[in-house]
Amino acid sequence: MLAAMILVFREVLEAGLIVGVVLAASRGIPERRRSVALGLLAGVAGSIVVAIFTASISEAFDGRGQELFAAGILMLAVLMLSWHVVWMAEHAREMTARLRHLGTEVAAGQQPLMALGIAVAVAVMREGSELVLFMTGLVMQGQDSMWSLLGGSLLGLGLGAAMSGALYFGLSFIPLKRVFTVTGLLVTLLAAGLAAEAVRQLSNAGVLNVLDTPLWNTSWILPESGWIGRILHILVGYNERPTGMQLIAYTVTAATILGLTYYPRRRHATVQHHA
Amino acid sequence: MTTILGRRPFAAILAAVLATVGFWFSPMVPDAALAGDLVTAEITLRDHKFEPAELKIPAGKDIKITVKNMDGAAEEFDSNDLGVEKIIAGNSTGIVRIKPLKPGTYAFYGEYHADTAIGQVIAE
Repeated sequence: MLAAMILVFREVLEAGLIVGVVLAASRGIPERRRSVALGLLAGVAGSIVVAIFTASISEAFDGRGQELFAAGILMLAVLMLSWHVVWMAEHAREMTARLRHLGTEVAAGQQPLMALGIAVAVAVMREGSELVLFMTGLVMQGQDSMWSLLGGSLLGLGLGAAMSGALYFGLSFIPLKRVFTVTGLLVTLLAAGLAAEAVRQLSNAGVLNVLDTPLWNTSWILPESGWIGRILHILVGYNERPTGMQLIAYTVTAATILGLTYYPRRRHATVQHHA
Repeated sequence: MTTILGRRPFAAILAAVLATVGFWFSPMVPDAALAGDLVTAEITLRDHKFEPAELKIPAGKDIKITVKNMDGAAEEFDSNDLGVEKIIAGNSTGIVRIKPLKPGTYAFYGEYHADTAIGQVIAE
């Protein structure tokens, strides 16, 4: 029962922390809760579909299907999150002012809501399919251990959701004038970490074979298998043995998002000068 | 109307779907084309235990491990040391590709049954 609880807790946390950060980063957009909820539902539905088709996905592309699929959805998540950060940064001043003075939220339109929903769906789907398969296996194991394992799983689910909720509430205490900068940075690092993970999947698939040897190994200081290492891996992309290509993907992603965030501001400043 | 996918969102989606379907059935770069020779190995998972639990492989070569899951339940072949994870459905097979390793011991485990499904790869 303990083993089931820990495993489910871990998987739920991996998705939940991402959802919590993204939710906190979208403060000020109305209907974001509905987008997130739809994303969660889509993620759960997607998880079930992926679980059902695990074998055929895995066999595709000469046995590389799982890695290629994972890389694909990870890159989609990176795009959605990057777009989200840039959009939020553009509208941050506007939203801060409105939230502070009027207490009202900015009508955002379809696009940021869609990016939000897709990012959430991807996060849930990645871990969700593993959970579906794990639970299915539990049920197959037979009556005796099934109930205690299912009970452990429910506990794990609750704990994971609670901890993710705690992160979200913790982030919501950041003062208004700082919240978009801080959460924007968090989502940037999140996206960078996912980009590095996509590189790892492509490398494991054997389609990306350059700069693919680990440059260092910090597992003796901070193992990814431990709790702190795992949480840092999810939130900021900590990697105990990064390869050159992973480091490149991480820094290029972070730099691109930060660059896109700051460039428009300079452009607006120039425009205002001439006005 | 400009959307996140450009001015013709449906065309973009269609192109993406066609590309995916096209790649799905296309032959990939054969493993032997990778630098160096390819070593193949096999691990069987039965009753949530790996056989062999200790896999000896040559260091410095590309490895292709076929993991056969003889159990009805799915398992996730996971290894932090090797940096791989692969979900293998019940009664099916998964392929794990490993890039050349330095001599040493690399632990792996089945995430769903981590108490019994443990093993290591020894590169020498």
